[in-house]
Amino acid sequence: MQSLPLLTIITFLPILGMFLVLFFPKNNEKLIKIFTLVITSVQVVVAGLIWSMYDYSLGGIFSRESFQFVEKVSWINISGISWLGTIKIDYFVGIDGLSAPMVLLTALICFIATLSSWNISHSLKGYFAMFLLLDAGMMGVFVSLDFFLFYVFWELMLLPMYFLIGIWGGPRKEYAAIKFFIYTLFGSVFILLAMIGLYLSVQEVGADGTKVFTFNMLSMMDPKLYTATGILSPLNPSNLRFIAWLGLFVGFAIKIPMFPFHTWLPDAHVEAPTPISVILAGVLLKMGTYGILRINYPIFPEITQQLAWWIAFFGMVNIVYGALVAMAQKDFKKLIAYSSVSHMGFVMLGMASLNSAGISGAILQMFNHGTITAMLFLIVGVIYDRAHTRGLYEFGGLANQMPVYTGFVTVAFFAAIGLPGLSGFISEAFVFLGAFSVDSIRTITVISTLGILLGAGYMLWTLQRVYLGELNPKWSTLKDLDFREYAMLVPLTVIVLLLGVFPSIMLDLMNSSVNTMVDFIIKNQPLFSNLTH
Amino acid sequence: MNETTLVSLSLFILFAPLAGFLFTVLSGKKLKSAYLFEIFTISLVLISSITVLFVKLAYYTDKSIVSEIGWIDLGIVPVLGKIAIELGVMIDNISAIMLFVVALISALVHYYSIEYMKGDKRYNRYFAYLGIFTFSMMGIVLTHNILMMYIFWELVGLSSYLLIGFWYEKKSASDAAKKAFIVNRIGDLGMFAGILIIFITYHTFTFSKIFESIAAGVLPFNSEFWLSMTGILLFCGAIGKSAQFPLHVWLPDAMEGPTPVSALIHAATMVAAGVYLVTRIFVMLTGDAMLFIAIIGALSAFIPATIALTQTDIKKVLAYSTISQLGYMIMALGVGAYAFGFFHLVTHAFFKAGLFLGSGSVIHSMHHEQDIMKMGGLKKKMPVTYWTFLIFSLAISGIPLSSGFLSKDGILASALSFGSLTGYYIFAVTGFLVALLTAFYMFRLLILTFHGEPKDHHKYEHAHESPLLMIAPLVTLAILSFFAFYTMNPFDAQKGWVLSKWVTTPASVVPESARYPFMVQSGEVNHAEIHGNITHSVQYTEAMHSAHYPAMFISLFVAILGIFIAYMFYSKKKIDTDKLAGSLGPVYKFSLNKWYFDEFYQAVFVNGTIGLTLVLNWFDKYIVDGIVNGSAALTRMFSSISGFFDTYVVDGLVNFTAYFSGFVGIILRKFQTGKVQTYLILTVFSVLIIVLMYVNYL
Repeated sequence: MQSLPLLTIITFLPILGMFLVLFFPKNNEKLIKIFTLVITSVQVVVAGLIWSMYDYSLGGIFSRESFQFVEKVSWINISGISWLGTIKIDYFVGIDGLSAPMVLLTALICFIATLSSWNISHSLKGYFAMFLLLDAGMMGVFVSLDFFLFYVFWELMLLPMYFLIGIWGGPRKEYAAIKFFIYTLFGSVFILLAMIGLYLSVQEVGADGTKVFTFNMLSMMDPKLYTATGILSPLNPSNLRFIAWLGLFVGFAIKIPMFPFHTWLPDAHVEAPTPISVILAGVLLKMGTYGILRINYPIFPEITQQLAWWIAFFGMVNIVYGALVAMAQKDFKKLIAYSSVSHMGFVMLGMASLNSAGISGAILQMFNHGTITAMLFLIVGVIYDRAHTRGLYEFGGLANQMPVYTGFVTVAFFAAIGLPGLSGFISEAFVFLGAFSVDSIRTITVISTLGILLGAGYMLWTLQRVYLGELNPKWSTLKDLDFREYAMLVPLTVIVLLLGVFPSIMLDLMNSSVNTMVDFIIKNQPLFSNLTH
Repeated sequence: MNETTLVSLSLFILFAPLAGFLFTVLSGKKLKSAYLFEIFTISLVLISSITVLFVKLAYYTDKSIVSEIGWIDLGIVPVLGKIAIELGVMIDNISAIMLFVVALISALVHYYSIEYMKGDKRYNRYFAYLGIFTFSMMGIVLTHNILMMYIFWELVGLSSYLLIGFWYEKKSASDAAKKAFIVNRIGDLGMFAGILIIFITYHTFTFSKIFESIAAGVLPFNSEFWLSMTGILLFCGAIGKSAQFPLHVWLPDAMEGPTPVSALIHAATMVAAGVYLVTRIFVMLTGDAMLFIAIIGALSAFIPATIALTQTDIKKVLAYSTISQLGYMIMALGVGAYAFGFFHLVTHAFFKAGLFLGSGSVIHSMHHEQDIMKMGGLKKKMPVTYWTFLIFSLAISGIPLSSGFLSKDGILASALSFGSLTGYYIFAVTGFLVALLTAFYMFRLLILTFHGEPKDHHKYEHAHESPLLMIAPLVTLAILSFFAFYTMNPFDAQKGWVLSKWVTTPASVVPESARYPFMVQSGEVNHAEIHGNITHSVQYTEAMHSAHYPAMFISLFVAILGIFIAYMFYSKKKIDTDKLAGSLGPVYKFSLNKWYFDEFYQAVFVNGTIGLTLVLNWFDKYIVDGIVNGSAALTRMFSSISGFFDTYVVDGLVNFTAYFSGFVGIILRKFQTGKVQTYLILTVFSVLIIVLMYVNYL
């Protein structure tokens, strides 16, 4: 089994699916849906297989040997272009404890989102083709270990997202889609520049013994492989590593989204159809924090250390600001969108701690936020499908009309509030434990705890406005959940409960990688800074 | 019975209510009698808790039984060292007694509710919620570490939320539920901060390990100040949960929940969790922290007592009385009276649950009338309710032979001796004053409800004694309000088995320099002489001894005085209360309006936050997003400018070039006739010109 290229399968299965979907008869909608569901189910099975074979003791992060399911083949090899020398790009994939939870999350969320796509009404063929392409793009980002490959997947996922919002979205879909597209593209430019800078600074020994430039991320983490004259080399007196770090950070921060780059998110969410919101909040936002952890942290450990305070600071701003703005919203979906801004702030705060508790908390929070927010968007979708409105003040008393649905709502809301026993609590607690351990960001951490209070405020207020009180007679015909909606909500609820009670399931998966990462930053940070002298 | 069995039994007590909850909530819709499973479970829990209590106290009196399992284990990690979190139970005397108290009151409330909630459309759901509450509360009681306590602490908050908002169709109920949860969270934030300090200092959450480290001299941030702060921050959780000043505002509103719930959660058990927390962390409290706690307790005892004087809703009076009594317990712990604080928790749990269930019985028979001004004369109609209510009122007023007398007297004696040792007599004065007020408002309530003439004849006609299932719990609790269950000497609790053997003050682990001076043991004291009070000095024991009689007589005097005034006011009507209220004007209004706490919080915190959210939302929409859209607009503007430039300048130049060449072409075309003669002439002329130029040049 180990010999099967599982990561290639899980990444390219959706692309294969996409091509097949294009050959399906246009009017056989049921077939297209079921086919997509089969593809995403197989993806879940493959993800499960990967998990079952995953070796918890290997750390990954910087050494190829401790990555798992590694596949590396030469992809693009153009030799002898004037001064550039050989251009060599590898198809290099592999996972460690940082990406494994994200791969599981992506497979799971795509499956749930497929179920949620059942009542997409027009141009189904195009929709599901785009959907599958998006799926592949996201998966690719999480498994890539070659920067160029990473960037290709990063951009690959942008396009289908643009169309999915722009064609199947709400009334202001064009505006939202273009805003999302341009904003992310704007960030990508910085990533691209930093990537080229890194490429021109790092050389590894090629097969024939000569030194060649490389896009290999793991090589970029090795201070010994930097050339003396490379633009991003610590040996170069005018090195631009600080600028490159900022460029990458901004590129990724837009995706998180970090204040003040967050305003595309509410627009995109409000206009996107439910399943796309689920993917957007469930997986896409994690790419931002994942990118920072995968690229900024180990490639620029010295700058990361230097700027950790600012990551924490912006994390705090996200938490408090996001929560306060969420409280002012009148549109259910917009409120959940801003709550994402707040919750992703916890990820940043945890990351900034640069210790195991905080980073574990951050990665766990990425996973938990993925599942919890997916639930929240599905919940909004359920009433939007029925009532065709999302105004928080237009409802009331749905608890009596739709009791089972309200049961799921209660679980999801309290999970979002961070109630112990549900998954959100553990990740937030670890974030706080980690961040509070660091002297320099202790005050920031204390201020950030306000997020717990404000979160309870807007969530319970929403619960009250929409679900409690007397039923608005206008909604007395709304039906409770149907089977398909059960199938979407039950797995997520089970995960939220399970990880709340047994958080070790996830923590153990990421533990050695987190420790490796922390260790690596501590050890390599002086190496990178001392080379200058 | 060995220790393992005891642990298993306590785990059963913990998880059985959870099973009850899950079963009842999942099957409640289809299965009409699902609640019976919950009733059955709680009965088993009660039996088990009695067993645990008996075995623990009889066979393991001085032993604390701990059992733990690993929950999260990250191993030894870089920077932080070992991170491992255990889950565990600790059965000591305090937790064994609490288990019994919670199980008993929970069971009684379950039985009582069978009748009280009859006909409710979410009948099964109600019992399910009682189940999850019992589970969470048992968790708080049994846990051996502070993180787990926080976990169950929040879960208790959830169950309280669900039960206060049980009748969520009413806006007031869902408001109250939300308020309770959020106000509690404010306190919990402080508690969480305390937990964070504990973790970064001691790398463990387990109480015993924390205390060992403190005893070994490890202090948060190496300072006694931060040890005090840690204690105070943890205590913030208690301020929220036990509805202490200034977070007491949620409890009166919580009366929106069904009355049996008020008895269980908002009187006897959950609100006592704060007191329980303080007993758990008692040994690590410094003198400063304890003084802070005592001050909060005194304020919380006094303020609500003045509010209770004028309230007319039967449950609101009891709610304020609850805050006041909890303040008493907290104050007791603050002045170092560990045993009496806990003892009052136990006695209060029984008589206050009784008072609430009694009021429930009245409300039930009066068709949900809660205004005592519309009651009266119910004594004849509801004799059992009346007599038990009277017993509970005597107990809470601190009349001899009642359990309340024992615990209250102990607290007052401690406060008095604290005064004589430190000079802070304010706590004793507050204690006696509150005792006076308590006796007054309780008998005002009793007289207006049960004595005199009925004011609402229609409702009075329909009033009837409650059914057996509601009466039996009242009688049980009334019996438990007698002194005999706690001591054979009705005037001295310390002679009784509860305080002499089971609940003894643990030794402080705080550095001696940070303790109250009287809690520092002077060297030559023989421990055997002062057993049971090893944390206190000889002076303290002596001060307690000499405070005992004065405290008893003063408390007895004020209690009787309070009852007498209530009797003169409301039974004999010697003084017209309306006139008195009129002449006291602002003072009366101040009390009636609850010191305007709600108005103040609403205006400052709630409206302040909402205002801030609106401002930030505006900022987000027009400034942050404005910049984004603005730069997009700017880009578009530039693009149209460059578009213009491109069309008319760049492309214009191109076109101009084209036009120009075209023009030139038109002219030049004239020369291109295709005739050899013309070319020949042109060539000749050209050669001529060149030759001429060359000549000229030379």
